[in-house]
Amino acid sequence: MLAFILRRVLIAIPTLILVSIFVFGLQKLLPGDPILVMAGEDRDPAVIEFLREKYRMNDPIPMQYLYWAGDVLRGDLGISLRTNQPVTELIASKLPVTIQLAIMAMIFALLIGIPTGILSAVRKGTWVDWLANVVALSGLSIPNFWLGIMLILLVSVNLGWLPASGYESPWVDPVKSLTTMIMPAFVLGTGLAATLMRHTRSAMLGVLQADYVRTAEAKGLRRNTVILKHAFRNAVLPVITLSALLFGELLAGAVLTEQIFTIPGFGKLIVDAVFNRDYAVVQGVVLCTAIGFIGMNLLADVLYVLLNPKLRALS
Amino acid sequence: MTAVVTTPARTSSRAWKKLRANKSALVGACIVAVFVVLALLAPMLPIADPTGTDWGAIRKAPSLKAWMGTDEIGRDVLARMIWGAQASLLAGVVSVLIAVVVGVPFGLVAGYFGGWTDSIISRCTEALLAMPFLILAIALAAFLGPSLTNAMIAIGLSAVPIFIRLTRGQVLAVKTEDYVEGARAIGLGHIRIMTRYILPNVFPPILVQATLTIATAIIAEASLSFLGLGQQPPAPSWGSMLNTAKNFLSQAPWMAIWPGAAIFLVVIGFNLMGDGLRDALDPREH
Repeated sequence: MLAFILRRVLIAIPTLILVSIFVFGLQKLLPGDPILVMAGEDRDPAVIEFLREKYRMNDPIPMQYLYWAGDVLRGDLGISLRTNQPVTELIASKLPVTIQLAIMAMIFALLIGIPTGILSAVRKGTWVDWLANVVALSGLSIPNFWLGIMLILLVSVNLGWLPASGYESPWVDPVKSLTTMIMPAFVLGTGLAATLMRHTRSAMLGVLQADYVRTAEAKGLRRNTVILKHAFRNAVLPVITLSALLFGELLAGAVLTEQIFTIPGFGKLIVDAVFNRDYAVVQGVVLCTAIGFIGMNLLADVLYVLLNPKLRALS
Repeated sequence: MTAVVTTPARTSSRAWKKLRANKSALVGACIVAVFVVLALLAPMLPIADPTGTDWGAIRKAPSLKAWMGTDEIGRDVLARMIWGAQASLLAGVVSVLIAVVVGVPFGLVAGYFGGWTDSIISRCTEALLAMPFLILAIALAAFLGPSLTNAMIAIGLSAVPIFIRLTRGQVLAVKTEDYVEGARAIGLGHIRIMTRYILPNVFPPILVQATLTIATAIIAEASLSFLGLGQQPPAPSWGSMLNTAKNFLSQAPWMAIWPGAAIFLVVIGFNLMGDGLRDALDPREH
């Protein structure tokens, strides 16, 4: 098993190197010369030359990349132009907020998506199945920022049940943290719930026709036991690995959700950085998201092997 | 042994019949058609100027004069919705065209030639897929500068890896078919084999993916415009209308309801069409 994990980590390394080249290349897309912008209105040639040397802009681009990648490997993602803080520090302070949001969204998605998927497969062809499919398609088609706005309008503005914005750490005030995050987590989890529902349904439909399920039914076992103990345990495997993959997507989806509910997380950090032309932060966020995404892919692969006895034996 | 020969013409006519019989796909096509017609006819429709302000009609609720109400500077929401459809549909179609035009040739080359060409293209695709779609689009739009054109380029480029991977997979399945071997045996060149024999056979799944990706691209454009990275004011766009509307939720909820409902409808339309096309073109369904 360890050898399998090591092999997967080794395979991920070239991908990470390519991602880093791409993220480094992003700054080359910037129109104009960034050094001239940094030099201010005077554009003193001495200052320009000093800045070029400082930021190694006189070196060939491959050398610039190697210096940059070396800094990144040492955990140095540069300094934020806006706050003058190290980008790594900024990301480390915002990431826990987004991870909390993503975990809560994932809980919502699993609680909604999996039972609905099972029910839809078991009642295939009935109105329950039709309704579940319509809801899933709507969940996939609804822009989550609009759902967020509509929920604020209904739950916060009209009913006054939950706060429309804000954030509190769960370590400081767990109840307030829960009340401020419940709506954003639901919004973020909706699309994911729809995807999980569709996959659970299709996995369950495949399993429900398998011989061992028919045998279990023929033995006279209760329908619920057959569905939950025999069918679901086998159908859930791809769904769990898919959840790990989709967790990475949640980090991206959080950008808009955090913007609507004014949550000071990772997503809001990238948006603020974009508007303040804080490109080091934008690069840092993209790189960290990609690393997280690759990490979740790795976890999905490992989980798939761990949970599948046949593959476990092979590995 | 008897071989069953299915000509492309017969397959497409059978697919068309299946598509026409699929009610959900028809509903989706109708929804999309309504929005396309509205977007195309926008300059001819008897509606208000979408950028014309009226300080005497600020945040007026829907009425007979302004069916969907007015916004924070007195502009007609219905007119902005109709003109906004142009931006959304244009962004959806153009960005997917960019993704197809760039992605399909790379996928074709990777799948057809294999070897180191495939390795390089596949590793780059994996790296691009490691960056979530929206984050990549935001980063590209940020570095390219905020505008509708740049948003379309950013969304298109972010969707490229999806088409590279899909095309490559399809080509791998098709390139060992007898007719490709036959084309090779009679000495046809690589480009001719790829364009004449392989591309038409890998086209159906690309068409399905393109339809579904238009839906994703429309949401992405609305998201970028919502963040201020897409269509710039005063030009109307559903995303930027929602961005403004969120500041007036208690005073003018209609400003938020209509643009979001429009995005939802057009996206569901493309999703229904994509699902219908997939069912119609799936050979296992025949």
